[in-house]
Amino acid sequence: MYGRLWRRLPGSTAIRLLWAAVLAATTAAVLWYAVFPLLEPAVTLDEVTIGK
Amino acid sequence: MRIALRTVGELSVTAGLILMLFCAYLLWGTGAYTASRQLLLQRALAAGTAARPVRVEPGGAVALLRIPRLGRSYRYAVVEGVSAEHLKKGPGHYPGSARPGEIGNFVVSGHRTTYAAPFNRIDELERDDEIIVEAPEARYTYRVTSQDIVEPDEVEVLAPVPGKPDIRPIRAYLTLSTCHPEYSAAQRLIVYGVLKESEPRGE
Repeated sequence: MYGRLWRRLPGSTAIRLLWAAVLAATTAAVLWYAVFPLLEPAVTLDEVTIGK
Repeated sequence: MRIALRTVGELSVTAGLILMLFCAYLLWGTGAYTASRQLLLQRALAAGTAARPVRVEPGGAVALLRIPRLGRSYRYAVVEGVSAEHLKKGPGHYPGSARPGEIGNFVVSGHRTTYAAPFNRIDELERDDEIIVEAPEARYTYRVTSQDIVEPDEVEVLAPVPGKPDIRPIRAYLTLSTCHPEYSAAQRLIVYGVLKESEPRGE
């Protein structure tokens, strides 16, 4: 999976590394700012109220 | 076969990394939202100088909570309401419970591990520690009386006299609640206090 992705990246090894870092950072940012806020309400590890 | 196995391995490692990132988000990422809301709520409290207690709309700022034992800079604006949406903004005041300083029970719940974790360290509070509630009309100083760990459905702790639902209150109590143990929804940690002194403000 990642091997195939690596081979598709253009340029020299250095440029490819840069691309890989950019792709990883973009994925992380999308998860952090868009996906995780939607998932968070489903996690009830911090229930603090009494009663219902 | 080999490629399939490798793909499964890569996906598993990826899933693990994403889970770790999600945990980091829960512990630290959620605090950014709380910090931004706290800024607005604390600003609203600083601007308001009401002479007498006012009823606060859900989501509005009730009072500033300070606990010297947890540090000089420990201050959170208490928000009116205890729905998930309210508790994301800061510690929440039970709408049916007493207002700050009022005879009865001023009940506040706060997150322990997520959303800036305002009540993370309330287990460190000891008897006679001060809990200061700065409402627009007055500054109320409560003193910690005890701590308890209760089941999530023990609503008696919310009673006007905490733990004694049948008794009419003659003093002003304070009850803080958060989750226990940390990272769990199994039980609730409760800190009880009673009003020690109140000073009117803006005179």
